[in-house]
Amino acid sequence: MIPNPVTEESVANTPLPPQPSVVNPVGTAAPTPEVVDKPLNLGGHEFESRFILGSGRYDLNLIKATVEHAGTQIVTMALRRAQTTENSVLDYIPEGITLLPNTSGARNAEEAVRIARLAREVCHTDFVKVEIEHETKYLLPDNAETIRATEMLAKEGFVVMPYMFPDPIAARQLEEAGAAAVMPLGSLIGSNMGLRMRDFIKIIIANANVPVIIDAGIGRPSQACEAMEMGADAVMAYTAVASAGNIPLMAKAFKDAIAAGRAAYLSGLGKVTEGQAVPSSPTTGYLH
Amino acid sequence: MQVNGEQVALAEPVSVADYLESHGYRAERVAVELDGAIIPRERRAETMLHDQAVMEIVQFVQGG
Repeated sequence: MIPNPVTEESVANTPLPPQPSVVNPVGTAAPTPEVVDKPLNLGGHEFESRFILGSGRYDLNLIKATVEHAGTQIVTMALRRAQTTENSVLDYIPEGITLLPNTSGARNAEEAVRIARLAREVCHTDFVKVEIEHETKYLLPDNAETIRATEMLAKEGFVVMPYMFPDPIAARQLEEAGAAAVMPLGSLIGSNMGLRMRDFIKIIIANANVPVIIDAGIGRPSQACEAMEMGADAVMAYTAVASAGNIPLMAKAFKDAIAAGRAAYLSGLGKVTEGQAVPSSPTTGYLH
Repeated sequence: MQVNGEQVALAEPVSVADYLESHGYRAERVAVELDGAIIPRERRAETMLHDQAVMEIVQFVQGG
């Protein structure tokens, strides 16, 4: 006899097995575990959001919605020669957002310090993302100059957040120089290639005494999630959001992925067994 | 004098504050560096430009 096909109706009419009364009494939903987390602490300033957002390359009118969907509290921007006809990006950033100026365009520590001081004069915050690059093909950060700039800026009272090549030794030197966080790249900036440097970032995370924020190369929410599962303290994204079809929606996707990855990290991920299955059903009482 | 890398003729002595206003810059949105030193907002009115001055006027733009 051919068994009845499974239909929505047959599923609906199938009685549910009785609920176990002790573990989960009938009529009582299992409580949802709260994610117990500390705020992200950057130089004594605390943030609930672990998503730092670049401020654009898209329509200025989208910034507010994007920031809100991202749930972000920190937005980066760059400093350039002023054009009198240009709209100011500051007019489009919602109230209460911490501005994080970067030193892009700086080729050495002295230029980075000069840009940081000018940025502080504009926005009166002490946050600065140190970014020192020499060429435009790879835009790789110069760790040695970045360490020098970090030391100079930390002495001037800046909250220094250096963008760095993920060298664990340089990460420690940046800490010693007074960095409030380190920002290793996941892969080439703007490339959307993801967490190609994961093995070295893991070493940095394992040894860091300041927050580790993955910056550059994160191309999709799943990669941001993986970074957070690894124990990163925050993720910064820019191109991945700016180049999306629906920018505010992508911002929300990143927010959710970062929250999921953080919760997974706090939960404690299960062990990975290489080349060896672990039975998930009893291995006794077989019918043969 | 030089402003943001461009040669600019200075007709008469003018302060940093007046220069910003007469050229349409939003004073509260820019930082000014004159001959390598930042001119804080409160000193723009009293700081005069001169023929050989090198001035940078900068502002924030979108960026990561």
